[in-house]
Amino acid sequence: MSEMIKVGMADLNVCECPNALTTLGLGSCVGIALYDPTTKVSGMVHVMLPDSTKIKKNENIAKFADTGIDALINKMVALGAKRNRLVSKIAGGAQMFAFSSNNDMLRIGERNIEASKLKLKELGIRILAEDTGLNYGRTIEFYSETGQLLIKSVGKEVKII
Amino acid sequence: MSSINLDQLDNMHFDVLREIGNIGAGNATTALSQLINTKIDMNVPKVELLEFKDISEIVGGAESLVVGILLTLEGDIDGMMMFMLEQSSAHHLVNVLLGKELDNFEDFTEMDLSALNEIGNIIAGAYLSSLSSLTNLRITASIPYMSIDMAGAILSVPAIEFGKIGDKALLIQSQFGEDETEVNGYFILIPSLESYNKILSSIGM
Repeated sequence: MSEMIKVGMADLNVCECPNALTTLGLGSCVGIALYDPTTKVSGMVHVMLPDSTKIKKNENIAKFADTGIDALINKMVALGAKRNRLVSKIAGGAQMFAFSSNNDMLRIGERNIEASKLKLKELGIRILAEDTGLNYGRTIEFYSETGQLLIKSVGKEVKII
Repeated sequence: MSSINLDQLDNMHFDVLREIGNIGAGNATTALSQLINTKIDMNVPKVELLEFKDISEIVGGAESLVVGILLTLEGDIDGMMMFMLEQSSAHHLVNVLLGKELDNFEDFTEMDLSALNEIGNIIAGAYLSSLSSLTNLRITASIPYMSIDMAGAILSVPAIEFGKIGDKALLIQSQFGEDETEVNGYFILIPSLESYNKILSSIGM
């Protein structure tokens, strides 16, 4: 029986086949699933903020797109993944409230997506699929057996990318 | 005035913040109760320092479907005020307010949404005005913004604000409920860290 491993807000985890990873109720945060198709070692990080260098208190590395992805890769490599084989799927980064002002804090979802993509590009990790932006929350599940990312949203059909 | 470190709050601070929540939510609950002409009870507010992963647990789990009405605060205090209702409670509220069948739980119409927004506005206003007169601080709220979605997704918005300053969030949370528990919800006051200093020093802490 495979196990479903939870990843909380500002948290990361890894698993081996046939286990799966999930994070519930992603809003403006971004969920990044990394995958080594050969060993099927998988990882997921739930990042809240784009850039650890902009924040003074940055001990929790899983909180940021830049340090979170690095930390996740290290953990996956320890479990047998190869860096150069990693691919990714990302979801989240919604704008939950239709704010009218252009206050910086309100565009955080968008900035989280940008930062995640930038970091993945720097590391040469391809993004195979994404379901990002818009204005609704998502629960995501990543299956190490198939490399599929399942996305559940309120009032919408389940999506598999 | 010394700056607060969230990890070093003592019982005295928690008591004061709980009392602030009590007064604010008390006024807001009264406003809500008058609005729908029903008696509504309120629990003793909780003041909790939570890790991000636990935040959505306070309203029944990350995936529970809620209506969230958010106002951003400016003035002497900044931060956010959130008013959350379980979806069935939100339906019940608009049904009472708009004189519809009480068991009408179809999708929200434009009219329903607009009514909910106004409810959010009125009761958040009641909460904030009592907070403002208690502390003698000027608080201006934005227009209400609404989202109907998973609790975790909605709470990610204030959680991210706290994420910028630390790894925990301090929430002043009050739960209210009608007699037959048809209207259940939460007021959550989320001042920025500097605002906590201002609130506490305004009342002589």
